[in-house]
Amino acid sequence: MHNPQLNQHGELQHLITTEGLPKSIINHILDTAESFVSIGNREVKKVPLMRGKSVFNLFFENSTRTRTTFEIAAKRLSADVINLNIAASSTSKGETLLDTIDNLAAMHADMFVVRHAQSGVPYLIAKHLHDTSQHHVHVVNAGDGRHAHPTQGLLDMYTIRHYKKDFTQLRVAIVGDILHSRVARSDIHALTTLGVPEVRAIGPKTLLPGGLDQMGVRVFNDMDEGLKDVDVIITLRLQHERMSGALLPSAQEFFKSYGLTPERLALARPDAIVMHPGPMNRGVEIDSAVADGPQAVILSQVTFGIAVRMAVMSILAGN
Amino acid sequence: MKLHIKNGHLIDPMNDIDSQQDLYINAGKIAAVGAAPAGFKADKTIDAGGLTVIPGLVDLCARLRDPGYEYKATLESELRAAVRGGVTSLICPPDTDPVLDESGLVGMLKQRARAQNLAHVHPLGALTLGLQGQQLTEMSALTEAGCIGFSQAEHLITDTNVLLRAMQYAKTFGYTVWLRPQDAWIGVGGVAHSGAFASRMGLSGVPVMAETIALHTIFELQRSTGARVHLCRISSAAGVELIRQAKREGLDVSCDVGVHHLHLTDTDIGFFDANARLSPPLRSERDRDALRMAVFDGTIDAICSDHTPVDDDEKMLPFAEASPGATGLELLLSLVIKWARETHISLPIAIARITSDPARLAGLSAGKLSVGSSADLCIFNPAAEWKVDQSSLISQGKHTPFVNYFLPAQVQTTMVAGHIVYSRD
Repeated sequence: MHNPQLNQHGELQHLITTEGLPKSIINHILDTAESFVSIGNREVKKVPLMRGKSVFNLFFENSTRTRTTFEIAAKRLSADVINLNIAASSTSKGETLLDTIDNLAAMHADMFVVRHAQSGVPYLIAKHLHDTSQHHVHVVNAGDGRHAHPTQGLLDMYTIRHYKKDFTQLRVAIVGDILHSRVARSDIHALTTLGVPEVRAIGPKTLLPGGLDQMGVRVFNDMDEGLKDVDVIITLRLQHERMSGALLPSAQEFFKSYGLTPERLALARPDAIVMHPGPMNRGVEIDSAVADGPQAVILSQVTFGIAVRMAVMSILAGN
Repeated sequence: MKLHIKNGHLIDPMNDIDSQQDLYINAGKIAAVGAAPAGFKADKTIDAGGLTVIPGLVDLCARLRDPGYEYKATLESELRAAVRGGVTSLICPPDTDPVLDESGLVGMLKQRARAQNLAHVHPLGALTLGLQGQQLTEMSALTEAGCIGFSQAEHLITDTNVLLRAMQYAKTFGYTVWLRPQDAWIGVGGVAHSGAFASRMGLSGVPVMAETIALHTIFELQRSTGARVHLCRISSAAGVELIRQAKREGLDVSCDVGVHHLHLTDTDIGFFDANARLSPPLRSERDRDALRMAVFDGTIDAICSDHTPVDDDEKMLPFAEASPGATGLELLLSLVIKWARETHISLPIAIARITSDPARLAGLSAGKLSVGSSADLCIFNPAAEWKVDQSSLISQGKHTPFVNYFLPAQVQTTMVAGHIVYSRD
């Protein structure tokens, strides 16, 4: 089937998911990001790669954090950035999603950074741009429903590569609410593409989707067992609305069974790193002693995230 | 008017005919098959050389969206689509607006449909008022007005006691209860088959057990009430197995499958193609193969189009927000023949599943070309191939997962009561 995120030359046209993304493209993004990391330390934190280009941040779902990192990344590339918090504007006036896209495209957008609560929305937009022959407009998925969050996945890969160098010897554990997590899905696809031999998912049965084994993932319900000898631990945010109900009895009980404590961390390899996509719930999925401890690389993820998003946007703008 | 259809290959499963036979029609009825009746002088002769002549199709589930949703489709547009697809009798579920829960509405629908002089329309009445699942409808009055059975359409009865009472009441008068087996809680909000594909795509799932739990409940209620039940649109291998057992046990049950489910699986959703958003959802390959086998061996009695016109505004949305359903009346015959050819099933068996079998279980005297029966028939070109093109569909529903597919067999002529109601030329 035609993969809309690649153009006819096999280059990146949109970044929608890490699934099926060729290893060469992932490595190209990570290499490009590496060249951008140092820009943040300069006196003048800008390069002119996207001068004159307009990037529209279309957030149909609120997120200050992710939107800000995309905004910073675009501005460091010298692009003009327009932030639209659509959750609170046109769709509530009855305008359809694709009407909104048409209107913004008519304002000569070069790139849409899209976040939406429904899985698949970036494909809908990409298809619409294709059907209306607007091939110069690129789409970056900033998170769609439970489906994908590819820039988070890629920045996680950047972080792992930075600390571990080689993917082909690693055990990586993803812990918590995999069922609702687009980050977990994007991580899993990127990790398996990059040759990680063992990807583990740890959580209660209510928070693990079916078919994980078919994605190349080993499933653990026991936290201690799942953490044994891993090199990387990715803890996921547990959304407040999942903390009590039919999926979980309480946040406390979740922490008791799946919270990452120093004792549990000790089961992993001594040089294991601890990651979290943020924002953290301290005392729910992660103990403060771990979050602030020497093995946590959570703030590095944030720094690298800017460079990775710069890499994605500059590569798209160049294709 | 006397008609002579000559040189056609006649397939009439009901009468076990699968050979070249001429057909003679007089006053809207089949006058003879094979040799002309004595003194028959045709007013018109149709040469069906190279073509196949079959009874008009009987479709167990076609939504006409009328009354109430005329912006999606009208009685006229959909009945024209029906005859273009060779469908001469169709059964429509009661989920119109207003719901078909009152005999006046049913009478009006029947009358308006008759005035079109196209396909016969046989409505299902609502099993409960407003499809709310609480109060029974006046089933006897609805039957008099023309309802051939009672259904909840896509609305589920959450109160099992109401379902029990509805089945007891229907049994009292010998009415058939048409139910789509789906648990009212499991799979709520789901938009795709629970499985590896939905997990990967981040779509919420409808597990197979949503179907099997409902089947267990329905069968248990049947054991107690003895009510006759027709199960609508089975979707899973496990569901098929339960029905096979129920039939073996002797429960008075029949069932159908939507034609899409004989061809497609969850992975055909591809990159969130809302055209493949159907209810029940497309399931796994194993399920699809079990459905194909079950239609062949008769566990599934009939294939329906599950025709559901949906307009652009309700399809060009994020997958989970798009309305489920696809247009189907104009594709039914071609998709059934495609299935038969792919699985090497003889054409008479395949044709039976869209003519004589659905007619029998809906209690209609249709789906056959017996002498004396109404001359409702379909003449198609088995060698033709056509491309499914949104702009060329007559139905106001333009959305189908088969868009741009090349399908076999094309309807040439459709007749209802001896009148040509569709002709390709």
